[in-house]
Amino acid sequence: MSTLARKKGVGAVIWDYLTTVDHKKIAILYLIAGGIFFLLGGLEALVIRIQLAVPNNDFISAGFYNEVLTMHGTTMIFLAAMPLVFAMMNAVVPIQIGARDVAFPFLNALGFWLFFFGGVFLNLSWFLGGAPDAGWTSYASLSLASPTHGIDFYVLGLQISGLGTLIGGINFLVTIINMRAPGMTYMRMPMFTWATFVTSALILFAFPPLTVGLIFMMMDRLFGGNFFDPALGGNTIIWEHLFWIFGHPEVYILVLPAFGIFSEIFATFSRKRLFGYSSMVFATVLIGFLGFMVWAHHMFTVGLGPIANAIFAVATMAIAVPTGVKIFNWLFTMWGGNIRFTTPMMYAVAFIPSFVIGGVTGVMNATAAADYQYHDSYFVVAHFHYVIVGGVVFALLAGAHYWWPKMFGKMLDEKLGKVTFWLFFIGFHLTFFIQHFLGLMGMPRRVFTFLPGQGFETGNLISTVGAFFMAAATVVLLANVVITTVKGKRVGADPWGDGRTLEWAVSSPAPEYNFAQIPLVRGLDAYWIEKMEGKKGLTPAEPLGDIHMPNPSFLPFVISLGLFIAALGFLYNQDYAWGKWVGIVGLLVTLGAMFLRSVIDDHGFHIHKEEIMEAEKKGAGA
Amino acid sequence: MHIEEKLTPETFPAEPEKATLEGKNKFLGFWFFLGGETVLFASLFATYLALKDSVAGGPTSEELFKMPLVFVATMLLLTSSLTSVYAMYHMKNFDFKKMQLWLGVTVLLGAAFLALEIYEFNEYVHEGFKFSTSAFSSAFYTLVGTHGAHVTFGLLWILTLMIRNAKRGLNLYNAPKFYVASLYWHFIDVVWVFIFTVVYLMGMVG
Amino acid sequence: MANHTNSGNPNVDLAYRRKKNAEEMKFQVISFILMIFLTIVAFFAVGYEGFSHWFSVPFILLLATVQVAFQLYYFMHMSHKGHEFPALFLYSGVFVAFLTVLAFVTIVWV
Repeated sequence: MSTLARKKGVGAVIWDYLTTVDHKKIAILYLIAGGIFFLLGGLEALVIRIQLAVPNNDFISAGFYNEVLTMHGTTMIFLAAMPLVFAMMNAVVPIQIGARDVAFPFLNALGFWLFFFGGVFLNLSWFLGGAPDAGWTSYASLSLASPTHGIDFYVLGLQISGLGTLIGGINFLVTIINMRAPGMTYMRMPMFTWATFVTSALILFAFPPLTVGLIFMMMDRLFGGNFFDPALGGNTIIWEHLFWIFGHPEVYILVLPAFGIFSEIFATFSRKRLFGYSSMVFATVLIGFLGFMVWAHHMFTVGLGPIANAIFAVATMAIAVPTGVKIFNWLFTMWGGNIRFTTPMMYAVAFIPSFVIGGVTGVMNATAAADYQYHDSYFVVAHFHYVIVGGVVFALLAGAHYWWPKMFGKMLDEKLGKVTFWLFFIGFHLTFFIQHFLGLMGMPRRVFTFLPGQGFETGNLISTVGAFFMAAATVVLLANVVITTVKGKRVGADPWGDGRTLEWAVSSPAPEYNFAQIPLVRGLDAYWIEKMEGKKGLTPAEPLGDIHMPNPSFLPFVISLGLFIAALGFLYNQDYAWGKWVGIVGLLVTLGAMFLRSVIDDHGFHIHKEEIMEAEKKGAGA
Repeated sequence: MHIEEKLTPETFPAEPEKATLEGKNKFLGFWFFLGGETVLFASLFATYLALKDSVAGGPTSEELFKMPLVFVATMLLLTSSLTSVYAMYHMKNFDFKKMQLWLGVTVLLGAAFLALEIYEFNEYVHEGFKFSTSAFSSAFYTLVGTHGAHVTFGLLWILTLMIRNAKRGLNLYNAPKFYVASLYWHFIDVVWVFIFTVVYLMGMVG
Repeated sequence: MANHTNSGNPNVDLAYRRKKNAEEMKFQVISFILMIFLTIVAFFAVGYEGFSHWFSVPFILLLATVQVAFQLYYFMHMSHKGHEFPALFLYSGVFVAFLTVLAFVTIVWV
């Protein structure tokens, strides 16, 4: 990136990124935007932990605490974890399957900009009268009563960014089905690609219920609807169902790519083929399938009745089986392997016990009768942070270190990487392990303070100290990124030396066309096979020729900007006369840009054979 | 075969919508989108079913719905589905003029359907059945209105395609576009079949 | 997926293709007539006083399902080759849709 900047000038680089449809650049956009939101969510977490460090604290007010807590959860799930997962998918999946690009490069860019504008819109609430304050689940009975526009920002912001996610999901489904290189059969696809495939399918079916729930909430709050208002026959449980029909698959949408990342890392740094590949694939699909039948375990205490609770409890426990299969496969991958403890591998090894703790408490929560005790206590907070941080965040950090050279052409410093790991690992367990016990002792979640003399003091203080360890880890990581960008040496195609999959066969970063010649895939771990036969490169499946590329476009940005303007207008629909008109203008901008996309032919362009040969020579020299 | 190549009936492929990689991607991606739409409409239907008796003192479905109007609307939309099949039939035969003609008929039928729906909503509002009358009214207008919005979007989409390509005829670049637009139109009809059954007919038997 | 260029279009027998298309169109018209018929039956089933709604509701739901199958398999060509993934994902959608509707008619009002 930095070399590009020197060559092209800042303005040109910014314009390049605003109009890019290249999956590798979109990955970088996702990484930057998701990274910024991750820092924001992390700051919010620190505020929460400072407030709870000592009893009766008045660091922030109760009302502000509600806003910070809501925004921490919402930001971390929708604006940090999701886009960072998409960053990994975009950076790696097309290359892993031997493709030159995704199926819909234009839609790929559109997905990013929708997410970005949705996220910015949501965070505007801080400056425009107050953030949402009804928790990330935003239960209707609470959120309908919220007096500020915070909830409206939540509803409209998530609607926009959710649309982007849905588009991204469809894009990856079609990419993986239609764009695989010759010989890349389904059962030769790397585990991360498989995880992306199943995740995308989950996105396709999980996001529409959220969309509908958000439409209802928007109608109720802004346009006089009565979906959740019991006085006019509405039913607030409808929101809970729609939210969790989305919300539970969402957990798997996040954690399956995490599993995929770790599968790659375990195999690479054990220098062994992934143990039980086919059972891994089967387990991934099964988790995705079961993930849609368990949502009501978030609603055990609603009073759905013993039959419903029993069904959902059993279904939930069933998910432990395929997950267990995966855990054992990872262990057996390491068994007898020639293990290298690189930074990504350390995260992977630490992930197993951490995630197992989260899984075990998950089965505890799934026991409906016992859940009446755990519900709404810090036990649940500890549980889902073990799953999300111990699973997803560990994976994102591992994946960032693992694929950083592929994305930017430079290795992150290993020493600093290990410092980050230890700080984060210790901080994570310090923060959340104790929360299990706080919960069992009766500390409720979502309350802005606690009283002295109830035995919560020490636990909360330990938890806060742990949070600062994680903050320190993040600072070290950022320093590492800066140092690497400024001083790091450029690396070759396979900087870890043990790369197994196709992304390690192309230069780092990959050329914009990925492969000068589409490779012929001859088995699982395609690049490893070639290396073991003493070959330097891949076996090409086609002669060298001109390469067709998609045109860059500014329209994805405009379409998303239009929705952003529209959301702002409709938000003030009831307060100001201009609200409606601004909303309509925004929609017209979006529809107009879509119209232009439809009527302007876009045939892309060709990179000529000579230019490719030139670029390949340079790439080999670097 | 180049994507913009001038084709003749002899060189036109049997499945023009899937003759190029772009076409294949569009075809598959659009079907997946319809899979997602299925869940979207299911959520709307499910909510409607949960709230259909929550009239909060306002009009009930038996008092509101009128059989003849729904029947005519249904016939219009079903027929428009057939006319868009005719359009695709002529596309496969590389008969651009006839395809445009049948698409035009489809658009007219769709517009008539939409006009009937607007008339119907207008009637209901005059009878005191507004969006914010009850949970039932909110659910009804949101479900049927979302379908109506799909019809509107479909009309605009097909019209845009017809006008954009009026002069240059069929090629492998626009054939997939026409094909997925017709898929969309059929899907709108699929949803309507459930709307007239679940909302109107079931609403009339109580 | 491997084939990034178009297969060369063989000199297909145009008359044969036309005939095949026309035959298929005949099926489409037949399924349209059946769909209209099913719709009329559904409206009559509801209008007829003799049926209790315990009969008419499941009956018209069945008619709707049959009609939608016609739409999908004939009008939308799902009976053709190359529709394995569309079918897989459509039925997955139907599965989630079924669960959603089932939940909303059983465990929403508690």
